[in-house]
Amino acid sequence: MATVTLTIDNIKVEVEQGSTILEAAKKIGINIPTLCYMKDINAIGACRICVVEVQGARALQAACVTPVAEGMVVKTNSAAVRASRKMTLELIQSNHPQECNTCLRNNNCELQSLSEAMGLKEIRFVRPAQSHSKDDIDNSSPSIVRDPRKCILCRRCVAVCEKVQGVKCISAVNRGFETIVAPPFNQGLMDVNCTMCGQCSLVCPTGAITEVDDTDKVWQALDDPNKHVVVQTAPAVRVAIAEEFGMEPGTVSTGKLVAALRRLGFDSVMDTDFTADLTIIEEGNEFIKRVTEGGVLPMITSCSPGWIKYIEMYYPDLLAHLSTCKSPQQMFGALVKTFYAEKKGIDPANIVSVSIMPCTAKKFEAQRDELKDSGYQDVDVVLTTRELARMLREIGIDWENLPEEDYDAPMGLSTGAAVIFGATGGVMEAAVRTVYEVITKEPMPDINLTPVRGMEGIKEATLKVGDLDVKVAVAHTLGNARKLLDKIRAGEADYHFIEIMCCPGGCIGGGGQPIPTNLEVRLKRIGGIYKADEAMPIRKSHENPAIKAIYEEFLGEPLGEKSHKLLHTYYVPRGVYRKPEGLPDKVPSGDHH
Amino acid sequence: MGAECKCHCEQDNKLDALFAQYKGNPNGLIVVMAAIQETHGYLPKDLLIKTAEELGVPLSDVYGVATFYAAFSLRPRGRHTVNLCLGTACYVKGAPEVQAMLEKEMGIKAGNTTEDRRFSLDLVRCLGACGIAPVMTVNGEVYPRMTAEKVAEVLAKYE
Amino acid sequence: MNFAELELLRATAKEAIKLRLGEEPSDNYKYHVLVCGGTGCISIGCQNTLEALRKAIDSHGLQDTVKVVVTGCMGTCEMGPVITVFPEGYYYCRVQPEDAEEIVTSHLKLGKYVERLCYHAADGSVQPRKSDMTFFKKQKRNALRNCGLINQTSIEEYIAMDGYKALAKVLQEMTPQQVVDEVKKSGLRGRGGAGFPTGVKWQFVLDQKADQKYIVCNGDEGDPGAFMDRSVLEDDPYSVIEAMTIGGFAVGANKGYAYIRLEYPRAIEHFTKALNRAREVGLLGNNILGTDFSFDIEIRVGAGAFVCGEETALLASIEGRRGEPRPRPPFPAVSGLFGKPTVINNVETWANICPIIINGGDWYASMGTEKSKGTKVFTLAGKITNTGLVEVPMGITLREMVEDIGGGVPGGKAFKAAQTGGPSGGCIPAAYLDTPIDYENLAALGSIVGSGGMIIVDEGTCMVDLAKFYLGFTQDESCGKCTPCRIGTKRMLEILERITKGLGKEGDLELLIELANSIKASALCGLGQTAPNPVLSTLRYFRDEYEAHIKDKTCPAGVCKMPRKGLKS
Ligand SMILES: Cc1cc2nc3c(=O)[nH]c(=O)nc-3n(C[C@H](O)[C@H](O)[C@H](O)COP(=O)(O)O)c2cc1C
Ligand code: SF4
Ligand code: SF4
Ligand code: SF4
Ligand code: SF4
Ligand code: SF4
Ligand code: SF4
Ligand code: SF4
Ligand code: SF4
Ligand code: FES
Ligand code: FES
Ligand code: FES
Repeated sequence: MATVTLTIDNIKVEVEQGSTILEAAKKIGINIPTLCYMKDINAIGACRICVVEVQGARALQAACVTPVAEGMVVKTNSAAVRASRKMTLELIQSNHPQECNTCLRNNNCELQSLSEAMGLKEIRFVRPAQSHSKDDIDNSSPSIVRDPRKCILCRRCVAVCEKVQGVKCISAVNRGFETIVAPPFNQGLMDVNCTMCGQCSLVCPTGAITEVDDTDKVWQALDDPNKHVVVQTAPAVRVAIAEEFGMEPGTVSTGKLVAALRRLGFDSVMDTDFTADLTIIEEGNEFIKRVTEGGVLPMITSCSPGWIKYIEMYYPDLLAHLSTCKSPQQMFGALVKTFYAEKKGIDPANIVSVSIMPCTAKKFEAQRDELKDSGYQDVDVVLTTRELARMLREIGIDWENLPEEDYDAPMGLSTGAAVIFGATGGVMEAAVRTVYEVITKEPMPDINLTPVRGMEGIKEATLKVGDLDVKVAVAHTLGNARKLLDKIRAGEADYHFIEIMCCPGGCIGGGGQPIPTNLEVRLKRIGGIYKADEAMPIRKSHENPAIKAIYEEFLGEPLGEKSHKLLHTYYVPRGVYRKPEGLPDKVPSGDHH
Repeated sequence: MGAECKCHCEQDNKLDALFAQYKGNPNGLIVVMAAIQETHGYLPKDLLIKTAEELGVPLSDVYGVATFYAAFSLRPRGRHTVNLCLGTACYVKGAPEVQAMLEKEMGIKAGNTTEDRRFSLDLVRCLGACGIAPVMTVNGEVYPRMTAEKVAEVLAKYE
Repeated sequence: MNFAELELLRATAKEAIKLRLGEEPSDNYKYHVLVCGGTGCISIGCQNTLEALRKAIDSHGLQDTVKVVVTGCMGTCEMGPVITVFPEGYYYCRVQPEDAEEIVTSHLKLGKYVERLCYHAADGSVQPRKSDMTFFKKQKRNALRNCGLINQTSIEEYIAMDGYKALAKVLQEMTPQQVVDEVKKSGLRGRGGAGFPTGVKWQFVLDQKADQKYIVCNGDEGDPGAFMDRSVLEDDPYSVIEAMTIGGFAVGANKGYAYIRLEYPRAIEHFTKALNRAREVGLLGNNILGTDFSFDIEIRVGAGAFVCGEETALLASIEGRRGEPRPRPPFPAVSGLFGKPTVINNVETWANICPIIINGGDWYASMGTEKSKGTKVFTLAGKITNTGLVEVPMGITLREMVEDIGGGVPGGKAFKAAQTGGPSGGCIPAAYLDTPIDYENLAALGSIVGSGGMIIVDEGTCMVDLAKFYLGFTQDESCGKCTPCRIGTKRMLEILERITKGLGKEGDLELLIELANSIKASALCGLGQTAPNPVLSTLRYFRDEYEAHIKDKTCPAGVCKMPRKGLKS
């Protein structure tokens, strides 16, 4: 590997050829501030915060995009550099609402901390014009709010939406001072091809793209003595929530999470993992049925609402490949207002069903018209990990000293198979653990399906299940999903079963997770997930006694009539920009509910 | 030309040929949009959606391009386009007064179209005819050495 | 067409224009009457003049001895419609249809030129022929060699004027490296503004190994007040087409793009016609002149964004995207159009290539100053008598430009400053009128040669207002990608707006300067990096005018509308 030697702040450093000044500086412990830069995803040199002095260059250079050269002499801290960064920040702030105190990103905002770090003291411009006003706020989506006033046009959101998700429903619009990042025709996110995945909200350095804050709705329900408020927690939340209270990413805090929710006053704290196990039973049986009876293959998982909206828009012709299983959140919701209500003798009209999700798309999912099989909206309010943390801070939770508590029955018991739903490959691994044993009626020799674990974009494996060679594939991010779907469309995919998760790393990297969520953090959370799996006494869904019980008591059998009504759903071919022609209104068509 | 044409069949043929030429090729975006602008006088939303689909460009990019370039208009334009040069030569020779008079006569601010769609008034930066500044064009016809006094007389020629 | 056929065509074509070159023609024509059909003259009614002339010539039965030719801009657009009568080169200005009869009866029939239509200099002297005119005397025309002398889209007339001689030479006698060496030797620097040595740029691209390379002609000419590129594209399109073809041969590209701004419909029309003609006769396309060298050119029309003149933005625009500049490196020479090595040169740069190939790099380098070789086209506009298009050797003084060529400031007003380089440039006040114009000297004065736009302003111009005008322009044309330019130019403009409204306050100038320097140092592309120049340069030479606005609430030039003196903001 060819290397280059340069001098940064009088320190000699040798780096790989093609590195940037930013990377070289990092190597010797100099952190050059950045705003628009995102490794591998966004290197456009737009914000100009990272400027440095390069000897011999006419102007300052952006460290994030300037490649090193032999003998280069760089100053990262000269007076000119400091003055320029400060002026750039002052300019940004001069076109920015000064409302940190009431901003969702207060205390976790890159612009705010930079202003503090750079010692910005004053904004000297007189009544500076503002490029955007409150009228420009986009509240159309149940998942995500855009506030262009706070946008610094770093375009990290655009890059993620385009390069990671392959969607690009937002783009730079207008030019000059009027430039704005927005959906086409100034429509709301709800009216365009947004998947609601929230990846943009994870990478936004400011409060310009955030989750919709639904905490007030939950407070209201909790404060209402006539309401029975039930909460479920998704697998990926337990390995992330602690970050909001200063703990290491990946810290497994299931018990503290339960305790904290009780402190908030929920009447019952149960686990989405329970319905994750249930999903495995239903989906596993559906898969076996498709294989044995010649159904549509490959079958694709359906628990990620970002992914579901994506396929409905971009590949409506392939909807029959989706498992008809609802996501665990929605199975849970449907059961709360039927099974649970019955068991507890509570009028479902008085139940408020809340879920804590790593996900912004789940907010959209909960509002889908077809997900009302209990006779009510199955899930009433979805909170992201970040919103839950906000509520907990409001009541002054002392996370470190919280006790560990257990989930409530009857939907609190779960297995290691359910926990791993939170990481890419997890649903596949959980399903295989069950399908293998259901088909072969023998214990699986090694239940750790390592080929489908990890951050590689598309993972494949072939497993011998009885006399069948089951070929599976796992993809995370919609960009990778697209590759598999194109293969299916072209008739080149000989897989039986595919898992697709919308977000990088799966739900541990979901759009509602604590900020920052980057590769390093994702890997740590994945580590937490597998640690939690291993710590579970039961690690296969079909061995969960509570699952066996619910079939006996309430559901009957997998894929049976009641299961079908409450646990399965249909999909809507949407098209990207307009309804596709020649496709039914829903898939599977026919009489579903 | 385009103004009398109601059904756009000829134009559509031209566009279809372009769509075919640039099928799946994002590089054709501006060429196609310029053709739409020329044949329709603006960029109708349905045609932009079609452009996105045919060329394989995200609609957000199509819109981003449409709003970047001054030549593209998202709203129907007037029957007559008045371009007033506000380049340096024209500016120092009195174009701002001409602008004020045009805006007064038309009752609109530059960059807009009159209620009756008779005129669209745009400011341009140098038509490359600085020798005869200030310069104004109506539907491409050049009016040299414009003054505020001449404005009404010129506009009267266009119904 | 092969080489022999080209020379054959040249021989016949040359016969037909000999009279214009001062040689004895072998045909029956006694006069060539050249009518300027440039944009300036057209807009002022040369069409009617042309018709009247033709009618008069016919009615006097002179159609077989007098040839009427429509040409491109002759350079004195302010005095249009202009006609030149050869062989002597009598130059008539502001020729109205009513004047046609007299020109025919007196000049074309009796050989007596019409004095009242001739150019009258400021001192009242009459300068009847081109060769008498001070406007032309100090000029040296390379890039504009054919403008105003030949029919704009006639490939025959172009070939008659040594057109395609350079390409033939290159294809028959030279290696790509020799072509690049010749351009290097000429010392030609890019005429688009930055002044980068053209040969060096070509060498970069020649040295790249790639399956595909591109040639691009930058015809976006956005500097308000500059129109030399328009003139070349309209009036001598083949000179650019031939040069791009040579460029393709030199660096190993077989495809070129000419990016021409939408505001130049006639340039697009003429260039398209010329491309078609060149293809028709085998001077463009496959197997040019029967060799195995192929090269073709496609036009891309700009869609109205000044920033697309910046090379990386221009490439993005050709690729169908928003014209947003990107950081360099990689430079277009390494990764340009569609990611391939690309030569991108300005129209005027291209227009200089053929004469350099024909006459040699040394010939070109013999003109101009030590570091700024050759000739440069300037557009003179604003408060100057002879507005128009001129080409002069580098090193001519500003005074010669303004007084001798430009005929001074009209209306008895005093010269105040020359703004060069448009919105990226600066002003040069009267004290520096004797500065020789070249890249280095103008830079030292805080301005630039830029694309060659030269706006003259007189005492009636407010420099604060002028700076505000330029900043308004760049602020409007900012692509909005980077912070310093997007927000910084807006804030600078706001300050200037306050000042010119009499609302300036103490500290404004300091903040303005601090902001200006910061934007210059940190903006992503040339637009932002140079946008503050007009402000800094007017502040450098006319700070007192700024202070009068702020402290005394008066506009010394009487341009800005100020509240009554003493009124507190
Ligand atoms: C904002 C901006 C506008 C520019 N506009 C033009 C232009 O209109 N025409 C041009 O030839 N070069 C223009 N340039 C310069 C080009 O980027 C580039 O340097 C030039 O086309 C190279 O050709 P040359 O070396 O022949 O000059 C512009 C540069 C900037 C930064
Ligand atoms: S985005 Fe950041 S800087 Fe802006 S108001 Fe919110 S916290 Fe403050
Ligand atoms: S940081 Fe300053 S402005 Fe913000 S709340 Fe505290 S005292 Fe107030
Ligand atoms: S939510 Fe996802 S799809 Fe929607 S804009 Fe953000 S990144 Fe793109
Ligand atoms: S919304 Fe956020 S991420 Fe997107 S451009 Fe604006 S500041 Fe950057
Ligand atoms: S991967 Fe998880 S977090 Fe992301 S959209 Fe799907 S369910 Fe939500
Ligand atoms: S497009 Fe064709 S049919 Fe339509 S109006 Fe024009 S000519 Fe007639
Ligand atoms: S008021 Fe007059 S002198 Fe003052 S800046 Fe304006 S134009 Fe110039
Ligand atoms: S300097 Fe201005 S024009 Fe150039 S990239 Fe920045 S914003 Fe765009
Ligand atoms: S971080 Fe380098 S320019 Fe934004
Ligand atoms: S400035 Fe108006 S035509 Fe050039
Ligand atoms: S256009 Fe006729 S002299 Fe310039």
